[in-house]
Amino acid sequence: MDNGFSSPRHDAFPAGLRVLVVDDDPTWLKILEKMLKKCSYEVTTCCLAINALNLLRERKDGYDIVISDVNMPDMDGFKLLEYVGLEMDLPVIMMSVDGETSRVMKGVQHGACDYLLKPIRMKELRNIWQHVFRKKIHEVREIENQEGFEGIHILRNASDLSDDGHSFSGEDLTSMRKRKDVDNKHDDKDFGDPSTKKARVVWSVDLHQKFVKAVNQIGFDKVGPKKILDMMNVPWLTRENVASHLQKYRLYLSRLQKENDQKTSLSEVKHSDLLSKDTAASFGLQNSINMHDAVVDSYRSFGGNLQRQNVETKSHRGDLKGIVSELKSETKRNLTCSIPDPLAIKGSQINFNNPFATLESKGNYAALDCTIPTPYCSEPPKIQLRQENKPLLQSENSFSQLPMHGALNQIQVEKRQSIPLVSSKSSITQRDNGGSIDIKPLYADDKTGYASGMSAVGTGVDTFSVQSKSHITDPQISGPISNTTLGMKSQGFNLGCLEDLEYCQRNILFGSEATSTPLDKDFQFCWLQGDFYNLNFGFQNIEMPEYCDPGVTAEVPIHSYDTLRFDYEYPHDTADYSVIDEGLFIA
Amino acid sequence: MDRNQSRRQISLMRQSLFDQGYLDEQFIQLEELQDDANPNFVEEIVTLYYRDSSRLISSIEQNLERNPPDFNKLDNIMHQFKGSSSSIGAKKVKAECALFREYCRAGNGEGCMKTFQQLKKEYGTLRKKLEAYFQLARQAGPAETASRPK
Repeated sequence: MDNGFSSPRHDAFPAGLRVLVVDDDPTWLKILEKMLKKCSYEVTTCCLAINALNLLRERKDGYDIVISDVNMPDMDGFKLLEYVGLEMDLPVIMMSVDGETSRVMKGVQHGACDYLLKPIRMKELRNIWQHVFRKKIHEVREIENQEGFEGIHILRNASDLSDDGHSFSGEDLTSMRKRKDVDNKHDDKDFGDPSTKKARVVWSVDLHQKFVKAVNQIGFDKVGPKKILDMMNVPWLTRENVASHLQKYRLYLSRLQKENDQKTSLSEVKHSDLLSKDTAASFGLQNSINMHDAVVDSYRSFGGNLQRQNVETKSHRGDLKGIVSELKSETKRNLTCSIPDPLAIKGSQINFNNPFATLESKGNYAALDCTIPTPYCSEPPKIQLRQENKPLLQSENSFSQLPMHGALNQIQVEKRQSIPLVSSKSSITQRDNGGSIDIKPLYADDKTGYASGMSAVGTGVDTFSVQSKSHITDPQISGPISNTTLGMKSQGFNLGCLEDLEYCQRNILFGSEATSTPLDKDFQFCWLQGDFYNLNFGFQNIEMPEYCDPGVTAEVPIHSYDTLRFDYEYPHDTADYSVIDEGLFIA
Repeated sequence: MDRNQSRRQISLMRQSLFDQGYLDEQFIQLEELQDDANPNFVEEIVTLYYRDSSRLISSIEQNLERNPPDFNKLDNIMHQFKGSSSSIGAKKVKAECALFREYCRAGNGEGCMKTFQQLKKEYGTLRKKLEAYFQLARQAGPAETASRPK
């Protein structure tokens, strides 16, 4: 079929597209196989998610796209989705007989590039190649762009155009192609045969850590693939690898933010947008951990851009476009008003701008009034965070929600309600081992899913996030659970949390051990702390790390988990905060 | 003559399955997938469906015997069953699945029971009709598979 590809090399494309289908229903598996074969695709079927992962791992470059059912006995489809996105960076399409909006949204949040409803029609399968194509374009663009933003924007535009369900019209192709031609003279070589892409780089925890460190050092707003590459000093790594990883990272962060927004319905704080880069890979989290300060700052500046990007990224996730756009607009809104300073962003995710601004969480991030330009306007008393966080917290997987809320809750604190650092500890204590933050490689925890590879990006951070899943019972997340950042991988770490996490991580390093806690939670917690401080001190965030005395933070981790919960049950967040402060600053 | 008669019969039978709401568009999709490479594709798929659905039905039966029934589990199984039924376009069966799940969510054990009985009935009827249909089609000759009227 004519896909507009100009290069003769891929005349066959999309024919020969290598598809891996995963479904526990044997009837559907057979039907899909037949349908895909009729589309001239190369099909491999699997009825177990584990088998599918093994197949993918054995042949890293063996497949172009994965189609998976959501409900499978051995592994949740969303989890598989995350693994694939993280480890192999392949486009994944989800399928289900259940078309509930929440499920579809979850799919998108986890990084699915499309969500099909059963019964599936042939025509829906015919166009799945567009997801492969789109990814290629993105990668190319990313590489091409020093800054990265433009590329993303372009891509977004392109993908938005083309990503309209499956109606990839000729015009879209043309416009996409035009963009491609205009922007990348040497696109062709990259676009070449989709099935012969270069070997994927596996972003191990160490590598990712280096990456995040480099990003932090450079400054998020000034970051660029070349700079990162130079700083990382990894001989075999190419600029392209870094570029695409950076893009994912950003997407991830923005995704987290977005999730926060969604969940918490905090309209205000759209900071998350900034952070949330919609990336299926959770690596964002890990990065976040490392990023702490730098990130914060960079986010600040980046926030504006991110916002846009996030929004777009989201939208071009296909089916959920509509939903995304809603979020987008929200986020956009939020972002604009959001805090100018990065700290604010961090906090604001929680909305630190007004530390206690109405959290009305629109989205997952406590939409703290973004309007408050001064980062910590702190009008402490009103922390309204309470809200919305609840929904976020609930979901284990979606961390994204948590972080924000949790933080918010804390923030809400009417200024200082004693946020019992300890309270949260329940969850954390279990996990954390006390001062040391185990940055458990995310892989370790398949719960979080992402741990793999992303391994503790930040030392402490990882541990938290991963583990946070479980207990964040205490809303008081006293310490920013930086660990969570790692956890972020999972679904949606709220970007807000990420930032916090970073801080938290610093502080929290201790304990967080990400015992598989859902990073989300952790993040939030961490976040709160950071934010809290920020709120009070204005951009404390930056300071926080300093304060974060690993020893001190140990307490925090626990709380962070709780905070993630944000169910905001505790209005006393502020109070805790003070406690936390001490703890943190005791260092 | 016989052949023509058979063909007409098959065609009518097939049409009635649609008209009476036993099958929906998905079945036609399956028919369209059938080709020289897979001349008995539809029947193979339907056979797979029988196997899978029998297993699921007995699983539901077992779980319904428990007291109180584990609605979550039942809902999950029924979700699978619904997905499976959607693969061949078993319209009525699918509808019963949906109803069953509603009762599950409401925690209504009795409703589940009643719906399940109804579901089994529909499933049985569909199965019988399909078997008769395929048998006739086979008798009429290999080329006698139903094809979508243009």
